[in-house]
Amino acid sequence: MDFLTIIQVLDSTVRLATPLLLACLAGLFSERAGIFDIGLEGKMLAAAFFSAAIAAMTGSVWLGLLAGIAASLFLSGIHGLASITFRGNQLISGVAINFLAAGMTVLIAQSWFKQGGRTPSLMSEGRFNPIELPFAEALSDVPFLGPIYSELISGHSILVYVALAAVPATWWILFRTRFGLRLRAVGENPAAVDTAGVSVVGLRFAAVAICGVLCGIAGAYLATGLQAGFVKDMTAGRGFIALAALIFAKWRPWYALSACLLFGFLQAIALRYQNIDLGAFTVPVQVMDALPYILTVVILAGFVGKAVPPRAGGEPYVKER
Amino acid sequence: MSVMHKILGGAAALALSAGTLVAEPAMIFDLGGKFDKSFNESAFAGAQRWAEETGGTFREIELQSEAQREQALRRFAEAGSNPIVMTGFAFGNVLAEVAPDYPDTKFAIIDMVVDQPNVRSVVFNEHEGSYLVGMMAAMASKSNTVGFIGGMDIPLIRKFACGYAQGVMAANADATVVANMTGTTPAAWNDPVKGSELTKAQISQGADVVYAAAGGTGVGVLQTAADEGILSIGVDSNQNYLHPGKVLTSMMKRVDNAVYQAMTDGPDMETGFNVMGIANGGIGYAMDENNASLVSADMQKMVDDAAAKISSGELMVHDYMSDDSCPALSF
Repeated sequence: MDFLTIIQVLDSTVRLATPLLLACLAGLFSERAGIFDIGLEGKMLAAAFFSAAIAAMTGSVWLGLLAGIAASLFLSGIHGLASITFRGNQLISGVAINFLAAGMTVLIAQSWFKQGGRTPSLMSEGRFNPIELPFAEALSDVPFLGPIYSELISGHSILVYVALAAVPATWWILFRTRFGLRLRAVGENPAAVDTAGVSVVGLRFAAVAICGVLCGIAGAYLATGLQAGFVKDMTAGRGFIALAALIFAKWRPWYALSACLLFGFLQAIALRYQNIDLGAFTVPVQVMDALPYILTVVILAGFVGKAVPPRAGGEPYVKER
Repeated sequence: MSVMHKILGGAAALALSAGTLVAEPAMIFDLGGKFDKSFNESAFAGAQRWAEETGGTFREIELQSEAQREQALRRFAEAGSNPIVMTGFAFGNVLAEVAPDYPDTKFAIIDMVVDQPNVRSVVFNEHEGSYLVGMMAAMASKSNTVGFIGGMDIPLIRKFACGYAQGVMAANADATVVANMTGTTPAAWNDPVKGSELTKAQISQGADVVYAAAGGTGVGVLQTAADEGILSIGVDSNQNYLHPGKVLTSMMKRVDNAVYQAMTDGPDMETGFNVMGIANGGIGYAMDENNASLVSADMQKMVDDAAAKISSGELMVHDYMSDDSCPALSF
């Protein structure tokens, strides 16, 4: 494997890891506040559809992004209503959101565009095009560092940089602000937060809303950044891989970045090399596809460190009567 | 009691006569979805053409999960639909089980062979069509490297890949074929993001023409190929119009003709084994105003010669499914 190939695989890794990373951070906020969210997939799908649909109709990718975020926020609102206000089962609410999104996107797409559950292909202004960072062209001839800068770091759509910036931002919010401290506390011991006079319900809704915004960006990136339109079920299980990454990362932002990059890297390798020949035996492509899940199970089983979920996760908070 | 009997009897007679009177055909689309811009959509176009020309109506269902296959078949058979047309190899086992239970109903299955007296099995010589577009790809390629992106890794898709690789080698023995499959589950038919990424990976390996035989995933392949300024080849339906001037050609598999024929034949449809190939117009490549500038006269002549040789039997394209191996490509 020569240097340029490594750069190309890493470049592909960044593209594939971005939706995972955004969805993973979304789940991080929600789960740190004690709301399990397996509806990441559904929210991304809804956001993917609405961003593509609005971008196709208005020709503006930014309006598309806003519409995607709004759709994802709406589903977050349903999840919050069901699991916080009405104290329903968070897993069931998440599953319902996944089904709702899978069905509604195709139904609305068919009724609006009559193209069989897809949106029309987006023109250039309806998409997030790759942006060239300054001097990318000029520096590309510099040995070693040049290609890294011009191929790997430059030339992604703006949402990739947003996703990468979201990692330190998440860390700072969760571990350096008062809001973050309370948010984590509400996921560990909501009664204590309540005793301190802070609204548990308010905090949890805030977390779920942040989750909605991040999922919205992830979905918009799929439909308007990586692709030029929506196709039914286009998230193809990425929301679940993001959940696996979240567990793999033990609910921490920087670990989330490395977990998503690792999972993205595995996918990129699997796409680049169908079967990996290790001399004595070949690794079939299916092994690479399954590896994220296998690694997650290994982590969950406690072989490598211990993944401890937020203590109050999954339990609706009931004030004492 | 007797009144009840009469009513019930009357209702039953009505239902029976309604059943024989209607006998409308039914169409079952596979998991790729009716509007995959490809295989199923082509089937839908055929059914639609039949409906428009005859003024008849047909019943249809788009499957959402594997579990619905048998259910859908039995529902249509019991409702008196005749014939029942289905698309996709995955119906094979189910149909072999269901068909004997409804001896008076005719079934037509596309892409699979089911040996039952009331089943018409239509299979296509995709390897022949893929051979032709492979020749065109090799001639259009400047880098001597062409790509193939398949959907789900099944023998049928390997048959596409194998025919394609043989065509490439026939036109340019020095060319390299980079072949990838999207996945091993039905989700591989609908993952354009992965299709895009595969295309980019193939481009970085030097490919400048990619052939997508991947259902909805192909939408991503064609899109990325157009974005990156290389040529692509569509599949099943004519996909040249998706990116005018960027799609070299499309390997046409006339599923629409097969469906149209089955519906036109109606309940008296002849059953048995049908092979659609270049010789009888079931397979071909698409030429229209969108790709006219991409295909040179030389190219077209060479491909037409090959097509003539294939239909006369002079040229044999190896079929992957005949022995599960491919002389031109290793998977």
